[in-house]
Amino acid sequence: MISQVFILSSKGDHLIYKDFRGEAGCDAVNKFYEMVTTLTGDQPPVVMKHKELHYVHIRQGGLYWVATTKADSSPFTIIEFLNRLTALIKDYCGCLSEKSVRMNFALIYEVLDEVVDFGYIQTTSTDILKNFIQTEAVSAKPLSLFDLSNVGLFGADTQQNKVAPSVAATRPIMSSRGEQGGKNEIFVDVIERISVVIGANGVLMKADIEGEIRVKCYMPSCSEMRIGLNEEFSIGKSQLRGYGAAVRVDECSFHQAVRLDEFDTYRILKLCPSQGEQTVMQYQLCDDLPTAPPFRLFSSIERDTGGRLLIYLKLRCDLPPKRSVLHLNNNPALPLFSYSLFSSLSQELSSPDQSAELQPQNKAVHWEIPRFPGGAQLSALFKLEVPGLSSASLQEVGSISLSFELPKYTCTGLQIRFLRLSPIQPGASQRWVRYVTHSDSYTIRI
Amino acid sequence: MPYLGGEETVRELRRALSNPHIQTDHLRYRNTIHRVIRLMSQGVDVSGLFSEMVKACATGDIVQKKLVYVFLCSYASVNPELSLLVINTLRKDCSDPNPMVRSLALRNMCNLRLPGLCEYVEQPLTAGLKDKAACVRRVAVLGWAKIHALLPNTEIDAAVVNELYGLLRDPDPVVMVNCLRALEEILEEEGGVAINKPIAHHLLNRLKECDVWGQSEVLSVLQRYRPRSEDELFDILSLLDPALLSHHVPIMAATLRLFLSLCSMLPAVCVSALERARGPLLAAAGSSSRELRYAALCHIQLLLRSEPGLMGEHYKRFYCGYAEPPYIKQSKIQVLVELVNDDNVAVVLDELKGYCTDVNTETSQAAINAIGSIGRSYDDRCLGILTGLLELKQEHITSAVLQTLRDLVWVSPQYGDAVCSALEKWEDQLQDTQGRGALLWLLGVYGDRLSGAPYILEDFIDGVRSEVSAEVKTELLTATLRVFLSRPAETQDMMGRLLQHCIEEELDMCVRDQALLYYRLLHCGIEDVRRVLQCGRRSDLSLGPLIGRPPEPISQWASIFNTLEPLMLGASSAGNSDPSTLTPYTLTSHSEPMTSDPHLMTPNLSSTLSPEEFERLWLQTEKGEFLEAYVMCPVPRCSPESLQVALQLVNIQTLAFTAPNKLPWKISTTPPNTLILAEVLQAGGDGVKKVKEELIEDQENEREESTNTHILITPC
Repeated sequence: MISQVFILSSKGDHLIYKDFRGEAGCDAVNKFYEMVTTLTGDQPPVVMKHKELHYVHIRQGGLYWVATTKADSSPFTIIEFLNRLTALIKDYCGCLSEKSVRMNFALIYEVLDEVVDFGYIQTTSTDILKNFIQTEAVSAKPLSLFDLSNVGLFGADTQQNKVAPSVAATRPIMSSRGEQGGKNEIFVDVIERISVVIGANGVLMKADIEGEIRVKCYMPSCSEMRIGLNEEFSIGKSQLRGYGAAVRVDECSFHQAVRLDEFDTYRILKLCPSQGEQTVMQYQLCDDLPTAPPFRLFSSIERDTGGRLLIYLKLRCDLPPKRSVLHLNNNPALPLFSYSLFSSLSQELSSPDQSAELQPQNKAVHWEIPRFPGGAQLSALFKLEVPGLSSASLQEVGSISLSFELPKYTCTGLQIRFLRLSPIQPGASQRWVRYVTHSDSYTIRI
Repeated sequence: MPYLGGEETVRELRRALSNPHIQTDHLRYRNTIHRVIRLMSQGVDVSGLFSEMVKACATGDIVQKKLVYVFLCSYASVNPELSLLVINTLRKDCSDPNPMVRSLALRNMCNLRLPGLCEYVEQPLTAGLKDKAACVRRVAVLGWAKIHALLPNTEIDAAVVNELYGLLRDPDPVVMVNCLRALEEILEEEGGVAINKPIAHHLLNRLKECDVWGQSEVLSVLQRYRPRSEDELFDILSLLDPALLSHHVPIMAATLRLFLSLCSMLPAVCVSALERARGPLLAAAGSSSRELRYAALCHIQLLLRSEPGLMGEHYKRFYCGYAEPPYIKQSKIQVLVELVNDDNVAVVLDELKGYCTDVNTETSQAAINAIGSIGRSYDDRCLGILTGLLELKQEHITSAVLQTLRDLVWVSPQYGDAVCSALEKWEDQLQDTQGRGALLWLLGVYGDRLSGAPYILEDFIDGVRSEVSAEVKTELLTATLRVFLSRPAETQDMMGRLLQHCIEEELDMCVRDQALLYYRLLHCGIEDVRRVLQCGRRSDLSLGPLIGRPPEPISQWASIFNTLEPLMLGASSAGNSDPSTLTPYTLTSHSEPMTSDPHLMTPNLSSTLSPEEFERLWLQTEKGEFLEAYVMCPVPRCSPESLQVALQLVNIQTLAFTAPNKLPWKISTTPPNTLILAEVLQAGGDGVKKVKEELIEDQENEREESTNTHILITPC
């Protein structure tokens, strides 16, 4: 059971405070902030204790979401609840930020009131909650001139209408006002998170993919949705289907609302999506990637005559060239140790839109590449002025970590064949399918 | 916050709330109430608006009603009299045709938390239990639990309890789960809900209808049920089996816990349950929510205590990501150490080597320690990595490496030669106390093989005046004496200087005492010195089991599985170590003497003792006088440092204590102990006695606020 739930901004401002059981005073909020800001490095901060009161918190959207409890509750339940709460509030408010929480505090109190009673979680399903929640969300989105650019010349239908604006999926699920309100839209996202370790000799040491299919539904009523996956999709090692390039995953689990009667033969998921966002399917693949990892790196580190450290990096993108419109953020970082010794950094990058900077507090060089087409190759030469450079210092150059986002691409090859809604929705309903692969842990050893 | 200090704002809001023009325009009225709640959640005291808000409660607008209730529930305890005015409106709402209004009124009536209002609430609550709408019944059931919490001394009517038991069969699953929760609280003194066979089976059969939260709640209540026969047990297990694979972590964890408690007598079933749950646990350890990842990692560490081979082949899942926070990296490193086997040791070492240069100092030290503990049971490559790290010449890395080497050669003396060759070229200056202590220890032990040892020691001895740490000084004394044994010619002069300084100028009693001890020992002859100092050179054979720790039985940790405790184990609880809470009286209370003569101590707080005077008194006491007593007394769980401070307040000097969270592997086999060695001067009835005291702070029962402390008093 939960004693209190509160939301704090990163600066410690009280945004939301709700006491469910009256067991602990509201000074708990200040106590929490005091503890969380004075944490020393080796203290795991997820669960903290002060005088019989346990504080469990998560960080989302730059905010602290805290639940306190006196009883010895299940950590998984509380953490999952806080995660679910953030997802709910994201659904209702459109996006998660200090501003949207501040603007929608009445709505959030209402949600909390319905979700938890006397510290016990009642329901977190949007299907049930929509009957109770009455307050309307205030959109925290500022008016942007960028939206106007989608309007074609003389109102003509432009190509851009076939692409949903990127903010389309960040609006509240219930809004009757505004030009986007009432639009019957459904978003199906295939999101894959890839983590890779490539050894110094170029051998793939570890590759994991964790993927999920997320459905975000804005339709007030949708009786059934059928999602067709690749027919050659197979689970586990033994089960190979057909002769083509199989799309294989190791483990796969589904949301409990998904009906799988057509899954075994036709690879079709059937479900009745409730309003808001939900994860329909999760899957994992370890070690056995169907394609080569998307990036290779060639590096050489030398010491020049002037005592400077020369780091030459060549990054190649191994994706097929036809996927040339890859919008991609690329942040390789070099953990260099004797950072205090650096006095300057000079760089030679292969194109002007890239940038690089030295980050002394992270002991890293940060190289950012806004766009990186498939099949292309980029190179950079960093010269670091290191006084007293010894040959041992060359060892200190650790690994290179990339984080990136690959839109319209899945590493497993999972595709959505079709998306059918039944019965046919009255009015204009729009279905969007989006693919993205991202990584914050793509490590290449030097 | 722009609104803080809003005396003026509150006044203005009051004017607005009582303005009839605003009251008639319900949008403006609602907006004004909005502003009040906003101020409230920012921490401004708006309790002065209570009576205006009570009036605003009587409205047909549900949104406004909800807002007003949020306000009323926060401030009702400040204004108990005015709250009486709300009751009428609330009771009227309880008979509203709209079930949403009914449930809202009923819920907030109980949430006012005013014991005086309970008599008005009971009647609507009783009616609520029979309401047609499920949402009203949900609220009403929990309402009884709230009443019980408000009036803990009054018994809830037996008829109500019976009705709650009856509502366990309610068609709505949330009502059922709420009944369980309410009964658990109301019947807490009788041990919670009576789970007999029909109820248990009813709950099990309806488990599927509940949502995630309900299921984990029901599963935890079912832990109290004991099946009558083995057949029934296995029926239950096979019914629950699919839930072990649930991708909702709370359900998986609750099911696994239930399995472990049901099958505490059947270890084989437990092990296979752990294997079933491995997949979901691993998935949770790679979840996108880092907090969930951490919780899963902590629980995996628990499982590995009994089943070290459980995750062996999945060791790659525990590689650290670049962007992960340090606390996750450190627990991943701890897991990785457990997963090392003959096949993967090279790969894991390679990976760990990468973490040694992490930006975060704690993470890199954890990685270095991990390599050291792998080295105790696996190959020599570890030593190569560790000595290679010395070349980086990074202060914190060098210090961690030296400490690791010290611990390593203690357990595995065969590495001595390699360590010597690494230290041969030593020429650095170290700032870190612990690192210097470790360096000195190594120099002392390998003084005969390291040609440069006396010269490094000489540097230390020359700088001893500016040395602040007593720990380093005592380590320096021991090391010098040890080197003296093997190379007297080079060391004699500097040892003399060191002893002279420590005996004549040193202010720290422990250092001075040790110097005196060595001085007298040298008087006894070189053979005695050798006997005393060199026996610690070989590791103890009894340490064998410590290195290859045997798997614990599952029952050791089954009770804390799926609780907050595993997540707290790594963290020393912040802020509850206050030295002043340790009064002298707690040290002597609850005496449980082991000998016939207890000789309890009452420290004399007034006296101050200089090192010289202490020594004089120490020498005065006759030999042969012996006293041994165990004093059991509660000591609040706190860090050794604060205990030391507290002991110093009562003039007890601690000689040594182990650092927090360090394994005292030379002394005890139970890991979480802090052992403190202290000396006390006892002023008894017949003059002054010397008392040597060993404080063993037993931290095994961490759940309790106070633990037992054994004080062993042995005057020599």
